[in-house]
Amino acid sequence: MTTLSRILFAVGAATMILAGVPTMADEDDASSGVMPATDKQYTDECGACHFAYPAGLLPARSWEKLLSNLSDHFGENAELGADVAQSLNAYLTKNAADKVRNRLSQGIARSIGRATPLRITETAFFKREHREVPQRLVKDNPKVQSFSRCPVCHTRAAHGSFSENEIDIPGYGRWD
Amino acid sequence: MKMNILSLVLCTALSVHIASADVVDDMLKTYQAAGAQNFSADSGDRLWHQSHSDPGQAGKTRSCTTCHGENLRTKGKHVRTGKVIEPMAPSVNKERLTDPKFIEKWFRRNCKWVLDRECTPQEKGDLLTYLRKQ
Repeated sequence: MTTLSRILFAVGAATMILAGVPTMADEDDASSGVMPATDKQYTDECGACHFAYPAGLLPARSWEKLLSNLSDHFGENAELGADVAQSLNAYLTKNAADKVRNRLSQGIARSIGRATPLRITETAFFKREHREVPQRLVKDNPKVQSFSRCPVCHTRAAHGSFSENEIDIPGYGRWD
Repeated sequence: MKMNILSLVLCTALSVHIASADVVDDMLKTYQAAGAQNFSADSGDRLWHQSHSDPGQAGKTRSCTTCHGENLRTKGKHVRTGKVIEPMAPSVNKERLTDPKFIEKWFRRNCKWVLDRECTPQEKGDLLTYLRKQ
């Protein structure tokens, strides 16, 4: 084989190998990530008490229902001025699971069907994703306590990423 | 020219420094107009630390300290979500008592949570008088 042939062969082989390897980061982000909560008013107001759940985790009708009854927000008073509530509602419904072109969000929306869940943790999608996580790691784990505390285990939840290889459960360790 | 710039800088610095005092004083004036008077830091202190029975859970109590903690100069924690709450004391947290809308919003929610009703103008005035000294 001539040197040129060897070079061409090497380049050809490398190209074939690289083309065959899935672009891990892109694939991973597309199926395990949603657009994070970027609206400052939302993160200020709603992130004051809990994780600012990305809008793409619930359908628009769920957000509307939540925002219309803030005086009884899962047993707490989360009242807001009418103008702020309206503005938040607009942001959340516009970026909701059934409205955005995001693979994960669309998957969540489809799994919910026609229901109007208020809790992300009670959607069929969420339960399916977390079915292998035992009680002792979450509810009975004083460092976690609840599935609703996403960023405690999902280290990049604030970036909208829930990738399995980013999980680190306090007192337990990585999931993968 | 130099003196004008200097006075401009000094005026800005001074106005920023007294902004927080203005906010509380303005709010106290509003409460006075609603009938409140003789605001007392001691009354505010008592109100802040008072325990009330929890309407939802028998045997449990609620107080401002439930979330804000016993020491106002340290961080608190939301009793239900675990979310960290920055220190309440203005001496430690420069953002406290600087935004009237923010203050009224949290008065509305938190008084309802602790007392099961809104705080009266007198109570709010007493609480602010107590908190601004911390």
